[in-house]
Amino acid sequence: MDVFGVFAQFWPELLSGVGITIKLAGLGAIIAGFLAPLLALVRVNGGPAAQVPLRFYISFMRGTPLLAQMFLIYYGSGQFRPFLQDIGLWNFFREPFNCALLAFVMNSTAYQTEILRGGIMGVPHGEIEAGKAVGMSYVMSLRRVVFPHAYRIAWPALGNEIILLIKASALASVVTVFDLMGQTRAIFQKTFDFSVYIWAAVLYLCLTAAFVWIWRRFEHRLSPHIHGKRPSLLGAMTKRETA
Amino acid sequence: MLELFSFGEAGWGDQLLQGLLVTIQLALTALPVGLLLGFAAAGASLSPYRWLRAIGTGYTTIMRGLPELLTLFVVYNGLGLLLNSIVSSWNPDARVELSSFVAGVIALGLVFGAFAGEVLRGAFQSLNKGQMEAGKAVGMRPTQVFFRIMLPQVWRFALPGLGNLWINLLKDTALVSVIALDDLMRMTQVAVRSTKQPFTFFLAACLIYWALCVISEIVLARLEKRANRGVRRA
Repeated sequence: MDVFGVFAQFWPELLSGVGITIKLAGLGAIIAGFLAPLLALVRVNGGPAAQVPLRFYISFMRGTPLLAQMFLIYYGSGQFRPFLQDIGLWNFFREPFNCALLAFVMNSTAYQTEILRGGIMGVPHGEIEAGKAVGMSYVMSLRRVVFPHAYRIAWPALGNEIILLIKASALASVVTVFDLMGQTRAIFQKTFDFSVYIWAAVLYLCLTAAFVWIWRRFEHRLSPHIHGKRPSLLGAMTKRETA
Repeated sequence: MLELFSFGEAGWGDQLLQGLLVTIQLALTALPVGLLLGFAAAGASLSPYRWLRAIGTGYTTIMRGLPELLTLFVVYNGLGLLLNSIVSSWNPDARVELSSFVAGVIALGLVFGAFAGEVLRGAFQSLNKGQMEAGKAVGMRPTQVFFRIMLPQVWRFALPGLGNLWINLLKDTALVSVIALDDLMRMTQVAVRSTKQPFTFFLAACLIYWALCVISEIVLARLEKRANRGVRRA
């Protein structure tokens, strides 16, 4: 075991792996973050025709292993190769990175939708009525009343979900994506030096710790009236909302 | 289509069933290991000794922050290397192989234990202190207080959290296919390789896992109802 020698020799590979991991988890979280509020609204206000399939989707995504979902997309798409080639999507599904990302987006959307649904249902009804009373349209009350409050409620749980996503992104290494886990496995197979796993653990912990720190800062900015801090970076935005 | 999943020579039904049994075995073996580790971690992080608290919180914090796949590889490769170096110090020609089942049980148990430690710590902290004092006052021994007053309530408080962890454990067993244990996931891959029908078989595997989770949820709801019997609700 040569703890520092391994890092000195392989740090470029490990850092490029960290980059891919951030790209996978970051893109996955952001794309899911755009889809989830729309689906959460359907979960709260939608009719049964929209609710039932959405419920099945969420239950399926939460009740099956992410690894199986990823295999279903990556290997499963091969069964429809001629069809996918016809509609020009085969090049997308041929890339393991895209398949892993698609699996993460679909999975995280399901979890984030449920979290946001909880946030939306946690908004006191009086606030929505007050919005109506001052003449806000549905969309405007969503933008100014419902979502700002729902995100404040859901923020910590959303952070947990994104941490899970960072950890889950290691699964992409199984379909030959060279993220941090993929690079680590490749280096171990070359050197049989256990210390590369220690470096991977340190780097993953650094990633999640950095994320937790950033997320907390945003939380304080989102709800300065709870945390007792003066807003500075996003000051203009939060001031207008709390004024 | 259906004959692909039939039993016997023609279909893959019996292979998938075999894999399913390994998956269930793995989860059921890792569960008590994880629960024991969880109780130990909760006890450590609530202990009056600082060094024990540091071990408890260190274990739960680090283990919860690492990808499960990394933990699995660390256990599989690391413990394998360690065992070999110990054995070869006695007998330089001997080699041992850590079975992937044992590695899976240890890794999944470690992960479950870290999360369960936090759930159980919360449950122990929400116990009513007066009840423990009352137990002492009527002359119960500390073990009696633990088994008659603390444990039934910890079970009630912790059950929803532990139930979620059980479902995560069931799903995480799929990872062990990566280190070549013949569980449901791996048997599915074997079937895919010879039938060239990846979507059909992976979808079938997903549906089986889904069924396991739905059954677990039903059982957990019953257990919760039973654990909460006699509790007045608002």
